[in-house]
Amino acid sequence: MILLIEQLLNGLQYGVTLFLLAAGLTLIFGIMGVINLAHGALYMVGAFAGAWVSIQTGSFWAGLLAGLVASAIAGVLVELGVMRRLYARDHLDQVLATFALILIFNQSTVLIFGRQPLFTSLPEMFSGSVEIVPGLPYPSYRLFVIAVGLAVAFGLYLLINKTRIGMLVRAGASNRQMVRALGVNIGGLYTAVFGLGALLAGLAGVMASPIMSVQVGMGDEIILATFVVVVIGGVGSVKGAFVAGIVLGMCDTMLRAFLPGLLQQVMPGSEAQALGVGISSMGIYLMMAIILLVRPRGLFAAQG
Amino acid sequence: MRKLLTSTGMLVALMSPAHAEATKIGVITTLSGPAGYLGEQIRDGLTLGLQATGAEFELVVEDDARDPNTGVQVADRMLNEEGIKLLTGIVFSNVSGAVVPETLDAGAIYVSPNAAPSGLAGAKCHPNYFVVSWQNDSLHEASGAAAKKLGYTTAVALAPNYQAGKDAIAGFSREFGGTVTEIYTGVEQSDFAGEMAQIRNAAPQVVFQFHPGGQGIAFLKQYQQAGLLGSVPMVLSEPSYDGVILKAVGPAAVGLTGTTHWNDDFDNAASKAMVAEWAAAFPTTPLTTYAQQAYDTGLLIGGALNKVGGEDIEALQAALKAADFASTRGSFAFGANQHPVQDWYLTSIEADEAGNPKIVTKEKILEAVGDVYAADCKM
Repeated sequence: MILLIEQLLNGLQYGVTLFLLAAGLTLIFGIMGVINLAHGALYMVGAFAGAWVSIQTGSFWAGLLAGLVASAIAGVLVELGVMRRLYARDHLDQVLATFALILIFNQSTVLIFGRQPLFTSLPEMFSGSVEIVPGLPYPSYRLFVIAVGLAVAFGLYLLINKTRIGMLVRAGASNRQMVRALGVNIGGLYTAVFGLGALLAGLAGVMASPIMSVQVGMGDEIILATFVVVVIGGVGSVKGAFVAGIVLGMCDTMLRAFLPGLLQQVMPGSEAQALGVGISSMGIYLMMAIILLVRPRGLFAAQG
Repeated sequence: MRKLLTSTGMLVALMSPAHAEATKIGVITTLSGPAGYLGEQIRDGLTLGLQATGAEFELVVEDDARDPNTGVQVADRMLNEEGIKLLTGIVFSNVSGAVVPETLDAGAIYVSPNAAPSGLAGAKCHPNYFVVSWQNDSLHEASGAAAKKLGYTTAVALAPNYQAGKDAIAGFSREFGGTVTEIYTGVEQSDFAGEMAQIRNAAPQVVFQFHPGGQGIAFLKQYQQAGLLGSVPMVLSEPSYDGVILKAVGPAAVGLTGTTHWNDDFDNAASKAMVAEWAAAFPTTPLTTYAQQAYDTGLLIGGALNKVGGEDIEALQAALKAADFASTRGSFAFGANQHPVQDWYLTSIEADEAGNPKIVTKEKILEAVGDVYAADCKM
């Protein structure tokens, strides 16, 4: 029981991290129609800027601020410098250009910070653990990550459903041409959305940095799962990204945690382990295939 | 950097009077991605080791990106287009499993500074394949022996789900002898929260884990954050607590137990010379066992080149086989499968004056051991 609760929390925490990344990606994909492979690089920029500043100043919060600012600026620069030229092109050109951006970001980071990973400490107030149920001390920082993720989800909900800019975003996601035809400053909207997406990716990066090592290529590992979240959730839908992120995070964690054990009932230990790990790493893709069979546009498709 | 290294090699070549042409040595290693620092350590250690012998060499360094296909492509180009007859450098067993057979088929020599998967150590051993580091299992057999010696009987063993990970758990279990719960992790996984929960649930007497590079840093940090560091002791084999990992993890690593074939406090002339050369060349980078193995590889190759030159592959093979060099680890010999026969040591990770972790050698736990696969090798 304790194990199950702990794994559910782990799944939830992975899920909100995926959501933070996917929210930006799905908006960019949905509104501008751009496949942005370099989204993971913005996650890395946030993590590196945050880690570096928090090492220099000794304060996690200064690092958090720096990570957000750096990733948002990087996002805006990428939009103004590169993306702007790609909106009219087909997806292959976009994939090529954003793939090039990944390489450029990775190598620039190597030039600036070297290949050795950076290490940041937990913020002082979240360095301990909380006993959620008796016998289960859970790291309070991970609870903090979950809380931040849920807060961002709520904030995005308000932004998108209750404000004027949110209205434009929703309109842009369901019919781009119409928004343009109605005379909205689409260029400004694009830059703002891209910057916001980058900021959320940076937030995910900073939040992940005290848990994992901050290293070149860290974004490449998580971006695949993020794309799966976007596709399952429905392109352009933040609600979809939230639901799919949580479901996927849970599913991935549960499979990895319990599948090898289940297989061990029917086959020898090491084979069950290897097979279990293999199947659970395919799990999210299998889920994507099944969901797309039933709902080809994802769970909450924005485009009609 | 590659250019710089090549030119350093050339410079050395120009300065020494004897032969006309420097021998080209192909270095295929992992320079990109989270484990990129391992390749840097190997490249730099190898360069220093070769320079220490005064041999004439030219390094051709290429990144394999930890990908077997890339590795094979690079090897193919080096062997067939550039005519290189001597390869080394690979960090990861999945890459070496693909590149080494290719190299041997082409009649070239491969000298491993790190990866030594079980598949190449037994029946498939080859006269042109040398390993200077250790056989993969040996690393972890030492940890198993250490855990047994410390009196533990139940363990959870964790490793990534690839050849070296399987070798790790097999090696640990072989010497440990107690009950082992195996947990395999993803090769690119960096969040181990799920595994922490499983460890807590299994409540073993000791944890053994093998996660080289960035994964190891993440694992140790999360082990501490999950509150397990104080409650369940951990025994590590050397790739899981190299100097870079310890530097990144910081004081949280103090109190762990490790096993190694070399440490920077070793009291022999070759080791002291290497530590001094490294400190002069790379003052801010920790010297890890990766660099030490590569340095030994450099000593071996450089010594052989000095004796017979790089043209005659058969003569070079014989010179390498003689293992006529003063290893930084003290005693060193090749076993029947041309993998090392060497000693293993218990180390503890203690706090230095500033509170940062440092590795302190304690006692010898295994003496002059080779590997279990040597018996299957008929050369």
